[in-house]
Amino acid sequence: MCLGIPGEVIEILSDRPDLARVDVSGVKRAINIGLLAGERVEPGDWVLIHVGFALSKIDEAEARAATEFLESIGKAYEDEIAALRESRII
Amino acid sequence: MRFVDEFRNAETARALSAKIAALCEPGREYKFMEVCGGHTHTIYKHGLEDYLPENVTLVHGPGCPVCVIPMGRIDDAIHIARRPEVLMTSFGDMMRVPGSGGNFFDSNAEGTSIRMVYSPLDSLKIARQNPERQVVFMAIGFETTAPSTAMTVLRAAKEGLENFSVFCNHIMIIPAIKAILDSPDLRLDGFIGPGHVSTVIGCRPYEFIARDYGKPLVVAGFEPLDILQSIYMLLLQLREGRAEVENQYSRVVPWDGNPTALRVIGEVMELRPYFEWRGLGFISHSALRMRQRYAAFDAELLFETPGVRVADPKACQCGEVLKGVLKPWECKVFGTACTPETPIGTCMVSPEGACAAYYNFGRFTRTRVREASVT
Repeated sequence: MCLGIPGEVIEILSDRPDLARVDVSGVKRAINIGLLAGERVEPGDWVLIHVGFALSKIDEAEARAATEFLESIGKAYEDEIAALRESRII
Repeated sequence: MRFVDEFRNAETARALSAKIAALCEPGREYKFMEVCGGHTHTIYKHGLEDYLPENVTLVHGPGCPVCVIPMGRIDDAIHIARRPEVLMTSFGDMMRVPGSGGNFFDSNAEGTSIRMVYSPLDSLKIARQNPERQVVFMAIGFETTAPSTAMTVLRAAKEGLENFSVFCNHIMIIPAIKAILDSPDLRLDGFIGPGHVSTVIGCRPYEFIARDYGKPLVVAGFEPLDILQSIYMLLLQLREGRAEVENQYSRVVPWDGNPTALRVIGEVMELRPYFEWRGLGFISHSALRMRQRYAAFDAELLFETPGVRVADPKACQCGEVLKGVLKPWECKVFGTACTPETPIGTCMVSPEGACAAYYNFGRFTRTRVREASVT
């Protein structure tokens, strides 16, 4: 749970503007974007995600570099993605 | 492309390594603490100590929330989970952390329902689906994680959920750093500041370290080059006689943090007068509890807990490892009685714990075996 993982925003849920669907290393799940209140979040933006919440917006280059790094660390990131896969936030 | 990038990275790492060596004064020892468990993981995984001169030592700090939770709180959680109406939820990392009578898996084998979740919001969903059960979220983590718990409580309040509560174990990094600075055991020359915690709290809360203790702190990213760059920045400050807070990770960490996250923590939670940290003992104002106005969501008020303080196992030296007084391999039970499969201490449980990181990446070089055998 300690990792911050980059995800790309696919869409903001129309009935729940505090939730966004994101793509994290190919896993597509809903996360909460309420902590980014006051910032514009749109499809195509990248966010740093921690336990189902976007903590900050990051640029694409940082997101790609961080993802590549996380994919290289092995088990800790695999466990995080496995946990995210089980997540069903609404 | 990847190979080219890796080659460039290795080249940059070697260049940084040379710049670091050039800044070190011969005969002087430098000790830097990396506060965050994520940094510890990177340091061992990539063997970063091999890029540093011998007189630069990295000391691993207490920034792994799973590692610093005391046994008594695990026992309290299991006590709550034993109530027949309770369904507890927890991050996966917590499941193998030992309490005095076993961990969450052992407890489930004896009949409790403690389920792993990715997010506190998953616990809300479980609460909605199980209206006959009391769903209790085992909340742990530093300021990185506390806003997520707070937002979840606000959502539960908005929905009027009556069967969801939080067993709050959120802790704060600044009081822990202060406790380490005030500890007589350890002389540090500076800090590699945590990355994701700082995304929330920003860089200003560290200013007292530079102002009152005269030590530099550099907030760092998680990649190997980030950490080497931060060590270079620390050494440069020392060389130039400065003690400042600098932000190497500004591509992610804003200087002022995340104001919304800080506001929701303050809305839902307040400081505890004191809290016990594994290995560090009781630290004043170092943890959060639920505010009175959210008492309906506070598992500590809804359910009785024994609240008994449990001493760490005698053989375990996690306390010394967490304070950076001992290196993981210097612990008496490291790699023998205590392994990631059968951890005695919490530092061996979490992949971000110093002992597990060290064990998993086999950085047990011959020089260190020699060091270990003479201590």
